[in-house]
Amino acid sequence: MRFGVITFPGSNGDHDALKAIELGLKQPVEAVWYRDTSLDGFDCILIPGGFSYGDYLRAGAIARFAPIMDAVADFAQKGGPILGMCNGFQVLTEAGLLPGALLPNGSLQFRSQWVHVQVERSDTPWTSHIDDGTVLKLPIAHGGGRYFADPETLARLEENGQVIFRYTDASGNRVPDANPNDSLNAIAGICNEQRNVVGLMPHPERAFDAIIGGDDGMKVLSSVLDAGIAAVTGR
Amino acid sequence: MSRVSQEGSLQSQSANSQRRWRADVYVTLKPVVNDPQGLAVRDGLHMLGYDEVGAVRAGKYIQVWLEADEEAGAEKRVAEMCDKLLANPVIEQYRFNLVEQAHDEAE
Repeated sequence: MRFGVITFPGSNGDHDALKAIELGLKQPVEAVWYRDTSLDGFDCILIPGGFSYGDYLRAGAIARFAPIMDAVADFAQKGGPILGMCNGFQVLTEAGLLPGALLPNGSLQFRSQWVHVQVERSDTPWTSHIDDGTVLKLPIAHGGGRYFADPETLARLEENGQVIFRYTDASGNRVPDANPNDSLNAIAGICNEQRNVVGLMPHPERAFDAIIGGDDGMKVLSSVLDAGIAAVTGR
Repeated sequence: MSRVSQEGSLQSQSANSQRRWRADVYVTLKPVVNDPQGLAVRDGLHMLGYDEVGAVRAGKYIQVWLEADEEAGAEKRVAEMCDKLLANPVIEQYRFNLVEQAHDEAE
């Protein structure tokens, strides 16, 4: 399975993602420059963390217009698996590929720490290896991860089971202290209606080996191997 | 900006082109969106003794210079810019004023 990792000016998690796929998953992976306009030949796409375009105006607001984004929208529309991590999640919401928006943390502080998230649904290409209800330990590093959607959108997300990751304590309890940014409904990650596009604020690609503090991220990244691709690229 | 015309006299480069405008755009969070920055500023004002302060909301002020024949045209274009980029309709609302610019006004 061939992975693509998109690099925007200001991305800083692109090499974390490349290494996680190369060393952790041992799959072919290639960086995709933001000026490129094609994703031909890729089976799945990672949009990494960082500060694309310096987070100017709003996080992800300018990256959304990068030349590669038309191909990303096309890839999503064809059902290709896309995972947006941290800034990647922000880019996907700004691009309208995922509903809602990410606001500055309630604390107004940048949060860099390990958190626990409960996986609520295994019916996405990025969680298919994970039993519903599993709690993962993943790192976060963001200043703007407070998930927001209007009440109707929020209700629809809950109804459709589009909330994929939720902040909990280590035992899976939804306690206020476990929500590091005051996200509505303690939402850490969601998917689109077709379920192929997933975004989350935590960094699975920074948790691919016990030697760097944890390897729960591998459960997310390896799930896509079973997604039965070739649908997008025809390879 | 100016240039020397063929006749040798100084002539404004845009003298024969469209009218110029400055849009003063105010982007604010929708009332339903919690604004911790505004709350922190409010608390700061209370600390300074401004007990009369009820609420504070923080937003963005963006200036855009553009050309358009008529004010209505400029208004339409700026509204589009706000919808597409300057504001995120999921969380923000906007309003703007248009101010016509003299041709020699610096940007």
